[in-house]
Amino acid sequence: MDILVCIKQVPGSTNVEVDPVTGVLKRDGIASKMNPYDLYAIETALLLTEKFGGSVQVITMGPPQAKSIITEAICMGAEKGTVLSDRKFAGADVLATAYTLSQGIKKAGKYDLIICGKQTTDGDTAQVGAEISEFLNMPNISNVLSIENVSDNTVTLTASQDEKIVKMKIKMPCVISVDADINTPRLPSFKVQKQVDDSKIQFLSFADFEDQNVNNYGLAGSATQVERIFPPEKLQEKCSIQGTPTEQADQLYDLIRRIKIV
Amino acid sequence: MGSLVINQNLVNKDNAESLVSLCPFGAISYSNGALDISSACKMCKLCVKKSDGIIKYEEQVKASVDKDLWKGICVYVDHLAGKIHRVTYELLGKASELAKVTNQPVYALMIGHNLSESVNKLLHYGADKIFVYDSEEFKDFRIEPYTAAFCDFIEAYRPSSVLVGATNLGRQLAPRVAARRRAGLTADCTVLQMKENTDLVQIRPAFGGNIMAQIISTDTRPQFCTVRYKVFNEPTPSEQPSGEIVNLTIDASKLKSNIEVVSYTDKPKDIDISESDVIVAIGRGAMSESTKALASELADLLGATLACTRPLVEGNILDAKRQIGLSGRTVKPKFIICLGISGSVQFAAGMKASDCIVAVNTDPNAAIFNIAHYGVVGDVNEIIPKLIAQIKEGKENV
Repeated sequence: MDILVCIKQVPGSTNVEVDPVTGVLKRDGIASKMNPYDLYAIETALLLTEKFGGSVQVITMGPPQAKSIITEAICMGAEKGTVLSDRKFAGADVLATAYTLSQGIKKAGKYDLIICGKQTTDGDTAQVGAEISEFLNMPNISNVLSIENVSDNTVTLTASQDEKIVKMKIKMPCVISVDADINTPRLPSFKVQKQVDDSKIQFLSFADFEDQNVNNYGLAGSATQVERIFPPEKLQEKCSIQGTPTEQADQLYDLIRRIKIV
Repeated sequence: MGSLVINQNLVNKDNAESLVSLCPFGAISYSNGALDISSACKMCKLCVKKSDGIIKYEEQVKASVDKDLWKGICVYVDHLAGKIHRVTYELLGKASELAKVTNQPVYALMIGHNLSESVNKLLHYGADKIFVYDSEEFKDFRIEPYTAAFCDFIEAYRPSSVLVGATNLGRQLAPRVAARRRAGLTADCTVLQMKENTDLVQIRPAFGGNIMAQIISTDTRPQFCTVRYKVFNEPTPSEQPSGEIVNLTIDASKLKSNIEVVSYTDKPKDIDISESDVIVAIGRGAMSESTKALASELADLLGATLACTRPLVEGNILDAKRQIGLSGRTVKPKFIICLGISGSVQFAAGMKASDCIVAVNTDPNAAIFNIAHYGVVGDVNEIIPKLIAQIKEGKENV
């Protein structure tokens, strides 16, 4: 079975601040890494092909530098990968991102199973996977906890649905998003890293896509606009409990009695 | 809508290099005498402000929707086998507030099977109309039939805004429906406000909560958003039922699914910190075995749930289910005491709505003191044993 894993390059740290006066992002190093949740998705794909045969490929949308996470995925065991990179994709929201990825996936190949991580650490929306499935017209299941079997072109899996665990069968081709604790991702092999050459990494841009309407991509294809960004509010009033540790404990005790915790 | 245009004639090596380092996303590059902007661009337009005309933002006019054709604020009723998730009531309360601004109706949309009892409960939460798709095909949540019904409703009743609980189910359904409508969707909103022109102002944390982003969808309808449980307050149910129940049906041919639900099992009965009214939370400064034991004892005495920050989960000290924060759970207890927690924004985003926040930390500059209602600068290992002793003594005296 041929599996495609959607991955993303995210900032190495979410430690960014907004300048309270100018409202502009303060830059604090832009080292980047693979979105940690995607490692579980790649591991899921590798385990499946080890058991049931087939190949694992990866795809990402991002700047040309996003190539580094494709290399990392190949070092984990993926065969090859695609970077969707074009200035026309800039400023994409969930809708435009999912649409661009779906166009790229159609161009990259035919897949039985598309696996996404739970969410990214920069956008945190956990919604791109579900939107991709709509544009590919495939069924989708999120919050997958385990994959029990693959047979007759059907995946049997369990997924978390709030207070229940649901066992389901889903016909391929389909899209699934896996939860973070589904497995323990392997480390990339440095032996492989030396052998990764550019022939394993494909770049696609707008010109390669089937849909040539530029208004469906990037900022133009986004349905949401960021009006402004601002720093999170800070509480103005606060009460400091001072004194010796004994006095502090006394005041804490009074407090929890006053608000009827004990 | 628009794009960035570079005037390459104004580019020289010096200003190019300063622009390259200016971009917070590393999207600007300079090679062979030409400046380029890659897809890493987030359209923050910082370069437009600071480049003295080298990079300009060009507006493109986009066909806009007729907003008058879209009326009403719809809340999707999240439920499992008819048992309504409480986030639904919180959203109905918020929808009523928002609807007052533009004098629009509040709708509830429920899709499922054998729903009559649940629908009656909804009559106490202020919805003007409750739309119900009740059919065998909707017995289990499967994405294709639910999306079909949701879109069928939207086409027929054209709500201006759609509020969906950010549950596991809502996070699948909302994007699928929004994508089919090619509409905007904002995840995990923490503030919602209505403009008089029916644009929904959606505020959400981004970059792990380090930044708040205010988002609108001016050109598409409906405006979809998801909101997590316990972000808004649950309204008091009205004594008298109100609202009209509208039963809807959809052609069975549209309800085909490639998903089959085999069985349901209960999640192992375990800790759900988001349901706790009282929480004792520990962080990096309370990682030692002895401090953890103190925290556990305090939690037992207070009838509290023990929770923690991410480092304790990564260090295998506590289970991931106990983690508070953006990558963990959001909590909104009546009382939370944070022991040895520095108060990263990621953590704060998951608990700052708590009614009463107490923080104990040796570092007077810890960020946790910015959000704590009561700050205690001191050593957990000195203060908490004394507090425990007092509570025990107090219990004996009762």
